[in-house]
Amino acid sequence: MIEIKNLRAAIDGKEILKGINLTVNNGEVHAIMGPNGSGKSTLAQVIAGREEYEVLEGEVIFNGKNILELSPEDRAREGIFLAFQYPVEIPGVSNVNLLRNALNEIKKYRGEDALDAMDFLKMMKERMKLVNMTQDLLSRSVNEGFSGGEKKRNEIFQMAVLNPKLGILDETDSGLDIDALRIVASGVNALRSKENSFILVTHYQRLLDYIVPDFVHVLYQGRIIKSGDKSLALFLEEKGYDWINEHAEEFVAN
Amino acid sequence: MDKSLEFKEKLSSGFDSLEASLNGGSKLPLHEIRKNSLKFFLEANYPTLKDEEWKYTNLTGLLDLNFEFPDNKSSLLIESELEEFLSEREKYYNLVFINGVFSPESSDLIKFNGIIVSDLKFAVRNYYNLIEPHLGKIINPEFTIFTALNSAYINEGVFIHAHKNKVLDRPVRIVYFNNSDRNYIYQPRNLFLLEENSQVKVIEVYASSNESTYFTNSVTEGLVEDRAILEHVKLQQESKSAFHITATDISVKKEAQYHAYNVAFGSILTRNDINARFAGEHSEITLNGLFLGSGKQLIDNHTLIDHAVPHCRSHQLYKGVLNGLSRGVFNGKVMVRKDAQKTNAFQENKTILMSDDARIDTKPQLEIFADDVKCTHGATIGRLNEDSIFYLRSRGFGLELARTTLINAFATDAVHTITIDDIRNQIEEMIAANLSS
Ligand SMILES: Nc1ncnc2c1ncn2[C@@H]1O[C@H](COP(=O)(O)OP(=O)(O)OP(=O)(O)O)[C@@H](O)[C@H]1O
Ligand SMILES: [Mg+2]
Repeated sequence: MIEIKNLRAAIDGKEILKGINLTVNNGEVHAIMGPNGSGKSTLAQVIAGREEYEVLEGEVIFNGKNILELSPEDRAREGIFLAFQYPVEIPGVSNVNLLRNALNEIKKYRGEDALDAMDFLKMMKERMKLVNMTQDLLSRSVNEGFSGGEKKRNEIFQMAVLNPKLGILDETDSGLDIDALRIVASGVNALRSKENSFILVTHYQRLLDYIVPDFVHVLYQGRIIKSGDKSLALFLEEKGYDWINEHAEEFVAN
Repeated sequence: MDKSLEFKEKLSSGFDSLEASLNGGSKLPLHEIRKNSLKFFLEANYPTLKDEEWKYTNLTGLLDLNFEFPDNKSSLLIESELEEFLSEREKYYNLVFINGVFSPESSDLIKFNGIIVSDLKFAVRNYYNLIEPHLGKIINPEFTIFTALNSAYINEGVFIHAHKNKVLDRPVRIVYFNNSDRNYIYQPRNLFLLEENSQVKVIEVYASSNESTYFTNSVTEGLVEDRAILEHVKLQQESKSAFHITATDISVKKEAQYHAYNVAFGSILTRNDINARFAGEHSEITLNGLFLGSGKQLIDNHTLIDHAVPHCRSHQLYKGVLNGLSRGVFNGKVMVRKDAQKTNAFQENKTILMSDDARIDTKPQLEIFADDVKCTHGATIGRLNEDSIFYLRSRGFGLELARTTLINAFATDAVHTITIDDIRNQIEEMIAANLSS
């Protein structure tokens, strides 16, 4: 699915990612944990194509293509979806409008026919159920005046509609109450398949109770310093990041 | 010779032949207005950047044109070029002017049920008693040198009259279409009279199909009597070599409404003066505007709302999108006179600069002499939000589509209260086409 090789990236001259290596195969779910400021969102944004970041070195191969050369929209059209840690509000653009255009752009890129109005509505209805999205939220401007939790739910709803090959969820669980967390998790689980993969950025083991990851990685100061299975998340939860701070030297040395 | 003298000479040279063409018309009191206006035009100073009202708008380019006056031969109908601006004909009453001359073949003249929609020449001959009390009297012909110039040549234009309680069933669409490169000067003069409790919607379209050089100098006057409602959309998308100067003056009586939407895709130089006056209590005025500039265009909007009486509400929202080297001006004056208590006046100008070289000069002017009033104003200048662009692109939107989507979203609140759906949609399409070109 995606193979990240020795990825180094900087913003405003400051190196944030210092050589990331990560391979996610079809059907896998990977969790990325790590303290504030360690570079998790940076990694997510660089994969999605944010142009403010300068890629210094490395490759990101997505289904055989080096996507670092692609525009953000072409990455999305290839099947990458980023659920933002801080989704933006876009007054004057309705969610429906956003999704209809997004779908059509993606389909055009893939040489498929645009969805007709009926099929589009039917599909929206279906996906709304998946994350308990209300008609009211759907017809409002994108995220405008949404609560923190509603914004996150909207991200997952968009993902459900666009049905990407790789979904990157940047702290989608932060700010969700326990019911919303369950809804979001069941949405993701419903989308999970042998073809689709996910990268979950999270601070909490809690999310991983609902979406069980195949691998857990610890990102620390721009590097993945430890990888393991889901028990690594439990271990971190118990020991806290202090433990990493204390042992960081050893990891980096390895 | 001083260029402005030459300019005046050139532009007064058509007066005699106009006068000769009027036949008996030159004996009407209206002709006194023409003559006095010509005199004022010849005597007044040509505006320069030193004039406060023109300080951002350099008019020297106009002085270099070798003007010609349109005559009947100038009306060349090119059906296919015109069609674009006459879509869905049957939804409107259309009045079409081609290169300055009224085209009866492409127009719908109506008089029924207490409503008159006609070209001004015809109206002067047939409804002079309705026109006489108002034409040249709502606007001061000496408002600017250009208003005077227009008033000296009052001839072509549109007359709309709605009798008491009459509601016009379709919007009137006036198309001023120009494609001649003969440095024509076009001077449309419009008069809209809405008697008590009547309702009319008007769309003025100023359009061109090529890059020809000409000068549009139009004036519109209107009277909205008690409880009447006038909706007035002006849609300007002219040649990038054309000059366009307009003055509008509307008087609004008791419990009446005037809603104006001034949508400008511009010419090389565009100047809009829109003045609206409350002449009766409990009335409402909207002066909204949307201007999109690119290349070296200048779009200058001056508005004035005169709260002369109490208990009225005015709303002004001007939105600008400026690209390339284009410049925009918004000068919004709100006058609240001493007796105009309980006035509610809102004014806002928001502009997006799409390039480093685009520029906006925005100047709100509030002159408030009453104490129990609610007046707010604000101006913001910004750029398209990069986070929003990235967000849309990350969903698959191409860069172009992301931009037009955001600009449409930014722009639409200046026009979303237009009640003619087709026009709103047309404006959105024009925005998209404008940005992608
Ligand atoms: N424009 C910038 N200039 C300099 N440093 C920046 C800039 N933008 C981000 N950073 C820094 O990059 C580092 C990584 O930020 P990033 O958002 O990727 O962290 P994160 O792991 O997602 O943290 P969190 O858990 O708080 O979301 C931070 O130290 C941040 O301050
Ligand atoms: Mg983050």
